[in-house]
Amino acid sequence: MCTSIVEVTAADGMAKADGVWFPLTHAVVAYDHARHAIAGDVITLDFVNNGLPPGARAAVELTLESAKALRAALDKAIAEADIEEAERTESIEAQRHAPRGELLPLRIVA
Amino acid sequence: MPYRGMTCEMITLTGDGGTPISAYTARPAGNGPFPGVVLVHHLPGWSELYIEMTRKFAHNGYLAICANLYERAGKGHPDDVAAKVRADGGIPDAQMVGDTAAAVQWMRGQKGHNGKVGIFGSCSGGRHAFIYSCTKSDVDACVDLWGGRVVMGKEELNPKTPVAPIDMTAKLNCPLLGIFGNEDRAPSPEQVNQHEAELKKLGKSYEFYRYDGAGHGIFYYHRPLYRVEQALDGWNKVFAFFGKHLAK
Repeated sequence: MCTSIVEVTAADGMAKADGVWFPLTHAVVAYDHARHAIAGDVITLDFVNNGLPPGARAAVELTLESAKALRAALDKAIAEADIEEAERTESIEAQRHAPRGELLPLRIVA
Repeated sequence: MPYRGMTCEMITLTGDGGTPISAYTARPAGNGPFPGVVLVHHLPGWSELYIEMTRKFAHNGYLAICANLYERAGKGHPDDVAAKVRADGGIPDAQMVGDTAAAVQWMRGQKGHNGKVGIFGSCSGGRHAFIYSCTKSDVDACVDLWGGRVVMGKEELNPKTPVAPIDMTAKLNCPLLGIFGNEDRAPSPEQVNQHEAELKKLGKSYEFYRYDGAGHGIFYYHRPLYRVEQALDGWNKVFAFFGKHLAK
């Protein structure tokens, strides 16, 4: 950690290590010396569960360029997901406020 | 003279705060007397590289020991344990000193030891070796290979690393060898110059070598950081330095 660039965030989800899925507590993003990637310094992503032994870790080492491309893809997917979620909420609210006996067509998300 | 025969063992030390910690030891064949080297592993952890380097010192006629400074983070592959330590912001400097003191003490109690102890570390281990040499007076020579964060801004200080190592320089108790790559950013050439200026100002015994065409991790033969010419020359400098300061 000669760079000391480390960001830790809470994470809710699942990850797989050694063929076993485990629940996540945190995601750790660092810029540090690569342990495995054929590169000098890399963005490392560790998905971990702090309540489990250190082996409960799904790890990725990405070149800086790959990490930037991943960030752009994440931003795009998250922006689209936010729109979907907003439309879903609108649809549910509309159902809730519809007059009794009048059913609005539910929007089906493909 | 190479010592092709050696005995390697795992032992348990009483580390900082009385915590049991594992250590790997290597002893050259023969009665000695042998100088000793305490290896302080890098941020990638108590890894295979450091176990190999422990044996490398034995091969070259040194009693050698490398303690697992990440023992408290749990058991597992060194990569995973080191990742956990990284997420926790590293280990406290004071805890490292306590654990390393146990390794030095073990060395000084060994039959066939010549009474001299060198300390050796790279990356975070180089920084740690320097801190140890400024905190304790029981080592006779210190090797810092590209230790980062020796120069630290006030905003980087925290309860685990409360004092910038450069500010400990006045208390350095033994000769220091530093090996650095001019393409490194942690430490940067400017930071290495800053540390050298402090050593010079305080009249400390030191040797600093800077290699062009190299960055961090010059000796790591399994990484793209490896620079064969600089590494071979660097190892020669390490053994010349220890040969000079650890002879009885």
